[in-house]
Amino acid sequence: MSALLDLIPSLLGGLWVTVQLTLGGALLACILAWLGGLGKRSGFWPVRWVAIAYIEVFRGTSALVQLFWFFYGLPLFGIHLAPMWAGILVLGLNIGAYGAEIVRGGIQSIDKGQSEACTALNLTPFQQFRFVLLPQALVRILPPAGNLLIELLKTTALVSLITLSDLTFKGMILRAETLRTAEIFALLLLIYFGLAQLLAFLVRRIELRLKRGWHMEGTS
Amino acid sequence: MTFDWAFAWSIMPQLLWALRITILATFLGMGLATVLGLVWVLLRRSPWRIVAWTAHYAVEFIRSTPILVQIYFLFYMMPEFGLRLSPMVAGVLALGIHYSAYLAEVYRAGIESIPKGQWEAARALNLNPVQTWQRIILPQAFPPIIPVMGNYLVAMFKDTPMLSAITVLELLQTAKIIGSESFRYLEPLTIVGALFLLLSLLAAQAVRWVERRFDLKELNV
Amino acid sequence: MSTAPIVSVRGLCKRFGTHEVLKEFDMDINPGEKLSIIGPSGSGKSTFLRILMTLEKPNAGTIEIEGKGLWHMERGGKTVPADKKHLRAMRTQVGMVFQHFNLFPHMTALQNVAMAPKQVLGLTRDEANERGQDLLERVGLGDKLDAHPNQLSGGQKQRVGIARALAMQPKVMLFDEVTSALDPELVGEVLGVLRELAHETDMTMLLVTHEMRFAQEISDRVAFMDHGQVLELDTPANIFTNPTLARTREFLNAVLES
Repeated sequence: MSALLDLIPSLLGGLWVTVQLTLGGALLACILAWLGGLGKRSGFWPVRWVAIAYIEVFRGTSALVQLFWFFYGLPLFGIHLAPMWAGILVLGLNIGAYGAEIVRGGIQSIDKGQSEACTALNLTPFQQFRFVLLPQALVRILPPAGNLLIELLKTTALVSLITLSDLTFKGMILRAETLRTAEIFALLLLIYFGLAQLLAFLVRRIELRLKRGWHMEGTS
Repeated sequence: MTFDWAFAWSIMPQLLWALRITILATFLGMGLATVLGLVWVLLRRSPWRIVAWTAHYAVEFIRSTPILVQIYFLFYMMPEFGLRLSPMVAGVLALGIHYSAYLAEVYRAGIESIPKGQWEAARALNLNPVQTWQRIILPQAFPPIIPVMGNYLVAMFKDTPMLSAITVLELLQTAKIIGSESFRYLEPLTIVGALFLLLSLLAAQAVRWVERRFDLKELNV
Repeated sequence: MSTAPIVSVRGLCKRFGTHEVLKEFDMDINPGEKLSIIGPSGSGKSTFLRILMTLEKPNAGTIEIEGKGLWHMERGGKTVPADKKHLRAMRTQVGMVFQHFNLFPHMTALQNVAMAPKQVLGLTRDEANERGQDLLERVGLGDKLDAHPNQLSGGQKQRVGIARALAMQPKVMLFDEVTSALDPELVGEVLGVLRELAHETDMTMLLVTHEMRFAQEISDRVAFMDHGQVLELDTPANIFTNPTLARTREFLNAVLES
């Protein structure tokens, strides 16, 4: 075990990059998921089309291809992105497209009677969204969003392929230097596993918090 | 600098050739995942607690760690056990193992979606376990699983570019090689993206068609 | 009747696809009147209420509430289809209680009742809560203010639904089969609340119901609907004991037998 422990300091710098990518990517993905998910439900067709195009393109092409395209392709248009920003941008765009479908599904799954009650009570569309749809949609969106957050964490490993020194990148460097392949990979996988468990735990906490005092079953 | 259509056209044959490897890796990986996923389900239903428990956590572990690290693991670790794997074999193994963890969940959901009354009816008719599985449970559990498996096939297809990290000559690796030789990355990378988009959209359409054709309800995985 | 009708419907038509749900439907409802609509399922009763609540758009015809168009408005001397603003203004006159309650599951009983008065009518939090509490006490749920819908029985949920609609103080209240989703032993408590409302308020009440005895007891008039039209509209005494049409008699015999 001590053999494992002495490797940790060298990996810590990479861990920080991975955490930054996860948080930055999650923030961007969150914003894009709501824009995309609501956009796809918009009654105004240009908005709907842009949302659909965004969702289909970023779900339909591979995350790694997107990463390479932004990192190697964009400079040819004179746009140079630092690896970190390219990483956060691609993670956010990619995971956000999957998140948009979760948001759309979460809102769509709410019983039609809810919006009819809102009309009968003369709520504006914004009030209906803010006070009735959003709180109910959040509870449905959170569990699949938690799974998606773990997918995001796993996807961050790809940035090691555009020279960003995240956890995986540091691990590979360390392996080349020390040739302690087994230990390094074991440690690497364990750290990712631990991070994933931590994220899952946090999401479950928020979920319980949101649901305290009420649940959807049997009510309409 | 703009998109050079003539150059794009000239590299098409090379990329389409590489697409063969991508598709081959996808189907081999899916075949492995399909079988291995079943093994996980059986282990998880084992009467021995320790086996069921180990299988449960193994699946959880595989699911929540990056597939890229798993690819490296198989590629660089196996030689230490005296087993040198070609990049393609290591890649297919990693894809298969990773997705087997997802398919195990799909199978489990499929089996659990069968109402308890079906098991009770089978018991009441005095069917033995093999008959129960073969004639009652699987015929009902399998159809709703098909579209979900289709979705995972598409997901795996989109993960194959990671095999470029261990030099498998699939689409992305080929695009990178073209890029480094010609100093033009935009065209090969855009074509690769377009090919992925086209094939994923077609596959998604096919999945939807199967769903509608057989009137399959969505599974809760 | 000397007073002008509060709701006046002329030539209302509604189609779903090729199916005609309402055909040239006419009706006048007097202020403060309690009017029950009965008839076989699929006769267009609920659709009529849903059009009045602006949940469905009619294909043709006019509805006027206190002389003002519901689905139409005047602009530059011409009659044009209502815009969102006009519909919002007209909706303040109408309220609705739903068959399946449609309570907000993430809110307590009090929040369900107080939310719209606060957000839509602009009451302060205290005013809205006070109004909500008064109404919940009035429907016999003074001890359930903080209960969520999933902690309430069907009858209690529907009484919250009634309080929620009352809180907006509409002139015309629509009750769409409000006891149909309830277990038989819970129907009585909801009918009790309706009975009290019918006797003690001058609110115009329009009830679509399958509770014949109740309709007979509280209504000023009863309308019998079939195939998208009102076939007979008369006092409860005449409808239930001496209907003019054979079709009405047939329907009543079938319902009252069971």
